[in-house]
Amino acid sequence: MENETETNASDGDAAGDATELSEPTDGAEPVTFSWRGIRAGLVTCVPIAFGVAGYGVAFGVLANQVGLSVAEAALMSALVVAGASQIVAVELWADPIPIAAIVVTTFAINLRYSLMGAALQPWFKRLSASKAYGSLFFMADENWALTMRDFRAGNRRGAFLLGSGIAIWTFWVASTVVGALAGETIGDPAEYGVDFVLAAVFLALAAELWEGRSSLAPWMASLGTAVIAAEALPGRWYILLGGLAAAVVEVIRHDR
Amino acid sequence: MIGDGALSLEPIVVGVVLAMAVVTYATKTGGLWLLNRIEASERLEAALSVLPGAIVIAVLGPELAAGGPAEWGAGVLVVAVMWRTESILLALCTGVVSVVALRAVV
Repeated sequence: MENETETNASDGDAAGDATELSEPTDGAEPVTFSWRGIRAGLVTCVPIAFGVAGYGVAFGVLANQVGLSVAEAALMSALVVAGASQIVAVELWADPIPIAAIVVTTFAINLRYSLMGAALQPWFKRLSASKAYGSLFFMADENWALTMRDFRAGNRRGAFLLGSGIAIWTFWVASTVVGALAGETIGDPAEYGVDFVLAAVFLALAAELWEGRSSLAPWMASLGTAVIAAEALPGRWYILLGGLAAAVVEVIRHDR
Repeated sequence: MIGDGALSLEPIVVGVVLAMAVVTYATKTGGLWLLNRIEASERLEAALSVLPGAIVIAVLGPELAAGGPAEWGAGVLVVAVMWRTESILLALCTGVVSVVALRAVV
């Protein structure tokens, strides 16, 4: 594995402990799971959850248009908690409901979460199973990104994903209800720049995750693969393929 | 389906929602579950170490490729603000405000 200490130190971090290793080593202090962690995640994520709510309203409107009741739309948001797959599901919705197509597509779109969950493993392996797997229910793209950022800054707040996830979940379900109730009267989220929130969060994160030249090859592999795959394949397979391409490049480099 | 129907829960719809919830939860937990069970080799750890950045880039690539000058301009500003201030909130606000402004101009 790369020695990340130096590059990480140049990253700096808001908490001021920039010299901390970004990868936990054996015998390092344990990962905590506390109210403070939940609170930190919640507070950090609320501004971003507002952006998520833009998508929630859009999803609610779409669900309403295909004939889902407010309760059914809210139930889906509360239990599935995966925006892109929900929006695609209601786009597939018909009478009779194409159950297999919807379930398989949902799985394919959300398979990227397995890679995201795997990336949390160095920290989550130190939590009890109920805490780790309970928190993962609330994992979405945005709060995964914030949580990775928090861990890599040297913090060891295991409840950060749960706290930020609760913020996402609350705004997601509430905005679904608003959208389903409001129906067609809502305008286009692009009007308010809400559609740019996800890209902005991920760009900010990319700026932080950059580790200098060693990042270049895997990132270019991921970028090229993702852009081509997004053109060639349906759904969100491109995210998975981009991540895998980068991993392959890194393994080849490691073996040399 | 309007008015009185707002609270209706059709069994078939609830069934589909539950099935979606189960497969989604399986994807969210699957990666961690697998890694907790297999011994991670050094090569696997090397592969995993690049995943966070690589996933971020894979999400961003097509998103920005589908955008135009307004999104690219706002994107550059987000990265610049992030590098200067390291405040994700400030970067986020800059991005959203500038994308709206740039879309009005470009």
